[in-house]
Amino acid sequence: MTHALPAGPRPAPRRQLFISTGIAVVAGTMLMGGMLSVWLRFRAAAPTRPTSDGLRQIKDWLPADLKMPEVVTNVGILSFLVLTVMVQWAAYAARRGDSKHVVSALGLTLLFGIAILNAQAAIFVQFNVGVASGAYQSMFYAIVGTLTVLIVSGLVFTVASLFKSIGGRAANTDLLNAHALYWYFLAAAYTAVWFVVFVQK
Amino acid sequence: MTTIETHASGTQVRATSSDSALGAFLVGVGAWATTTDHKRIGRLFIGCALLIAIAAAALGAVIGVERISATGYSLLDQDSVTQIFSLYRVGLSFGVMLPLLLGIAIAVVPLQVGAKTIAFARAAMFGFWMWLAGIGLALGSTIANGGPGGGNAKMVDLFLLGMGIAVIGALAAAVSVVTTVLTSRAPGMTLLRVPMSSWSALTGGVALVLTLPVLFGTLVYLYVDHRYARIAFGGNKGISDWMGWSLTQPQTYVYVAMGAGVLAEIAAVVSGKRQVLRPVLFTGIAIVSIASLGGATQVQHAVTWTNTSASDKVKELIPFLIFNGLPLLGVLVVLGVSLLGIAKSKPRLVPAMAPALLGLGMVLTGMVGHLVSLFGPAQLAGTVFEEGEFIYVSYGALLIGLAAVSYWGPKLWGRVLPSSAVLGMSGLTFLGTVLAALPMYIAGFANQPAGVANDFSYSGPQQLWNIASAAGHALVAVSVLLFVLTALRAFTAGEVAGDDPWDAQSLEWSVSSPAPLNNFVSTPSVASAEPLLDIKPAGGQK
Repeated sequence: MTHALPAGPRPAPRRQLFISTGIAVVAGTMLMGGMLSVWLRFRAAAPTRPTSDGLRQIKDWLPADLKMPEVVTNVGILSFLVLTVMVQWAAYAARRGDSKHVVSALGLTLLFGIAILNAQAAIFVQFNVGVASGAYQSMFYAIVGTLTVLIVSGLVFTVASLFKSIGGRAANTDLLNAHALYWYFLAAAYTAVWFVVFVQK
Repeated sequence: MTTIETHASGTQVRATSSDSALGAFLVGVGAWATTTDHKRIGRLFIGCALLIAIAAAALGAVIGVERISATGYSLLDQDSVTQIFSLYRVGLSFGVMLPLLLGIAIAVVPLQVGAKTIAFARAAMFGFWMWLAGIGLALGSTIANGGPGGGNAKMVDLFLLGMGIAVIGALAAAVSVVTTVLTSRAPGMTLLRVPMSSWSALTGGVALVLTLPVLFGTLVYLYVDHRYARIAFGGNKGISDWMGWSLTQPQTYVYVAMGAGVLAEIAAVVSGKRQVLRPVLFTGIAIVSIASLGGATQVQHAVTWTNTSASDKVKELIPFLIFNGLPLLGVLVVLGVSLLGIAKSKPRLVPAMAPALLGLGMVLTGMVGHLVSLFGPAQLAGTVFEEGEFIYVSYGALLIGLAAVSYWGPKLWGRVLPSSAVLGMSGLTFLGTVLAALPMYIAGFANQPAGVANDFSYSGPQQLWNIASAAGHALVAVSVLLFVLTALRAFTAGEVAGDDPWDAQSLEWSVSSPAPLNNFVSTPSVASAEPLLDIKPAGGQK
C-alpha cells in the first residue's frame, strides 16, 4: 500500500548552485591550503646558506640563479582586485534585473580573467626554468599550475554565465552570486599563493 | 517558463528497438551509461564496489597464505609484494568503502528528503564514471608494476593520475549528495527532521569534501615530482609516505562516516517507535566525522608518555583524544542510543539490522584497536596490528553496505532479499571479518611486522594466526560473492516487495516499490521527523 502524504506548498527557491559552489569553494580551500602547507613544510626543512653579500643566513630554498617575475605576479593580484568588483557588479545588477549591466560586468570579468590567465602564462615564461630542474621547480609548477587550472575553471564559469545572461537569464541571482563567490575564492587563493610563493618565496 | 524534457525515457526507447536483441542491449547499456536517475547511479556505485570487494578480500587471502610460510615465496613474486599490499589497501579504501557508502547515499538520500532527483544529477553521473575510470587506472597500473613502490615509472605515473581522477569523481558525487540534503528537502523537513542516514550522508559528505582535496593536492605534487624530477618526494618509494594517510586510520573513518546513520535508521524501524533521543544520535553521527581532522592535517597523534610531568602527559592526551577518541565516542553513542531504543520496545524482525549492528560493531573494534596502537607503551607501531584495525574498519563498512542494500533493496529494485540469506551471509561475513582481523591484533602483540609477507619470525603459533587470517579473508570473499549472486537472483526474480515492507518511518517508503523515475508525483509535506508514523494508525505504535 502506498501511503498518501499531503502535498506540500511550492518549495522556496533552493539556491542550489550557490550552496554547491560554496561546498566546492570549501573543497578548493582545502586543496590550496593543503598544497601551501606542504610548500611551507618543505621550505621550513630546507637547509640554510649565506646570502650573496655573505652578511646573513637564508633558507636554501629558492635556487640562487632563479628570479621570481614579481611585476607580473603583482599585476595578477591587482587584476584580481578589479575583477572582484566586476563580479559583485554582475551580482548586484542581477538582483535589480538589469541585463545590460549584467552582461557588461560579465564581459569585463571575462576580460580581466583572460588578463590574469595571461599573467600566469607570463610567470611561467619569465621564470624560464625546467620543471625537472629540482625540488623547488617541480613544486612551483605543481602549485602554480593547479592555481592556473582553477582560474581556467573560473573563466569557464564566467563564459557559461555570460551566455546564460545573454540568453535571457540575466536576473538569475543564484547563478551570479555563485559566480561571484567562486571568483572571491580564486582571489583569496591567488592572494595566498602570491604571498607564500611569489613574495616570501 | 517551462522546461521540456528532450530525453526519451528508457521505456520508450526500449519499445522502439525491441526488434533487435543487440539493439535493445546497446540501448539499455546506453541508458545506464548516461542515466541521470540517482537510483541507477547509486546502484552502479554499489555494484562496482561489491565486485571490487570480492577481489580485494581474495587478495587479502593471497597475502595471508603467503605469510603462512615466512621463509620463502610460494604464491607471490618477491618484487610484487609491495604492489599486492597497495592493491589491497587502495581497493578496499577507494574501491569498496568510499563508493559503497557513497552509492547508497546517492540512491537513497533524495528519496528520504522528499526530492524528485539528486542535486546536479549529471555531476553525480560524471562522478561515477570518473571514479570508475580512476580506480580502474589505479588498480590496473598497480597490477602492471605501478603504484607505490612500483618498478615501472610510467605505470607509477598512471597510478597517481588514476587516483587523482577517482578522487575528483568521488568529490563530485559527494558534493551532489551534500547539496541535496541542504537544498532539496521537502517542505517542513528541517535539518533536525532529516532521516538519520541522510544526516550521516551530509556529515560524512562534508568530511569527504574537507579531506579528499588535501589528498588531491598531494597527488598533484607527487605526480609532477615523479613524472619530471623525482627529487622532492622520494620517487616511487615516497608515494606510500605521502599518500599513506589516506589508506589508514583515522582517514578510513571518514569513508565509513557516510554509513554511520544506517544502523540508527534501521534500529528505529525495528523498535517501531519514534526516536526520542534524535538530537543525541545526530551529535553522535556528526562527531564520527571529526576523523576528518586527522585526514586534513595528515597527523596521527600518539601518546608516548616518555616525559613524566603531568602537564606534558595532558598535552599529549588532549589532541590524542580529539583526533582518535571522538570518532569512537560518536560510534558508541550511535550504537548505545540505537540499542536503547530497541530495548524499550517490542522489536520487529528487520533482517538488515543484523549486518548493520555487526558492521558498526566491527568499525568500533577497529577504532578501539587504533586507540590502543597509538598508545606508545603498547609498542605496536610497525606491526600488523594496524592491518587488523584496517580490516575491522573496512569489512565493517562492507557489512554496513550489505545491510543498506538489503534494507533499501525493495525500494531500489522492487523485490525483497530473503531474510535467511541476509542473516546467513551477514553472519558469514562477520565471522570472516573476525577471523581475518583478530589474528592480526594478536600477531601485532607478537611483533609480526607490517607490510611484509616474508622473512619474519616470532615465538608463538605464527602459522596459525596467518592461516586463520587467510581463511577469514577467503570467507569474506565467498560470502560477498554469495550475497551478490543471491541479490542478483532475488532482485530480478525474487519475492515482489510491498511499498512499505518494513513498516518504516521515512519518506522513501511512501512511494511505490521500486521507486518511480522522479520519486514523488507531488512534493510531500512533512510535519515531523517520522512522516509515515504521522499517517499510520495510532502513529505507528503497534
